[in-house]
Amino acid sequence: MTLDSLLLVSAALFAIGLAGALLRRNAILVLVGIELMLNAANLNFIAFWRFSAHPEAFTGVLFLLFSIAVAAAEAAVGLALIIAIHRHYKTANVDRIDRMKG
Amino acid sequence: MNFALPAFFAALSIAGAVAALSLRNLVHCALALVLAFAGLGGLYVALGAQFAGLAQILVYSGAVAILIVFAVLLVRERDEEQRHPIRWSNSLSGIAVAVLVFIAIARILTSDSSLHRAAPAAPSATIRDIGTMMMGADILPLEIIGLLLTAAMLGAVILALRERNAVKS
Repeated sequence: MTLDSLLLVSAALFAIGLAGALLRRNAILVLVGIELMLNAANLNFIAFWRFSAHPEAFTGVLFLLFSIAVAAAEAAVGLALIIAIHRHYKTANVDRIDRMKG
Repeated sequence: MNFALPAFFAALSIAGAVAALSLRNLVHCALALVLAFAGLGGLYVALGAQFAGLAQILVYSGAVAILIVFAVLLVRERDEEQRHPIRWSNSLSGIAVAVLVFIAIARILTSDSSLHRAAPAAPSATIRDIGTMMMGADILPLEIIGLLLTAAMLGAVILALRERNAVKS
């Protein structure tokens, strides 16, 4: 597998996540789309690490591990926000959450 | 490098991603998402980053997917999307944006011939080396990540707590 084919896979994942975040009306699925875009970026870290001149430095792997930790924090806070919004508005439809003042 | 295994995992993760964002039932979406994350984890292992693949499967297919299943079950809507069907004008613009982004990235990737190269010899990224690196040169980011995770956990708990005067209003 060459580097550009891996990057194309990553671009496809990013486009799928973007389409999902734009199309779906449920807030949870918007978050899933964002997670997929984040994973596409993570795949780039691994791809560039694997094909770099000095893969013994592990820079890409370490960056991926930190990125996964940040993504986990983001998912936890995002889902807590969705649950709080659902409790308040009784909906998770992003089209109907249109007021900043409760 | 063997071609078939990474290609299989890449196809698995893309198929899982498409299913996760196109299925109607939210629980099916969450299960398809597990497939996509596991495919990416397998791809990392196939590319020689075993520890990263295991972390991906643990954190994403394990923790994040379970979180999403919990959120789906807590935020149950009675056939919300069936009563509000996808409007095709919105869908077309969304799909068009995604396709345009993909075409733009793909054009850049295919126009640069330096990206079309085979992998060098597989590096040996043992867990011991990664641990030494993490506790040595990268100790400050590691501590900051620990602080971030603690803050995120507290923040998530506070956000998901019941609103104090929800009964009155």
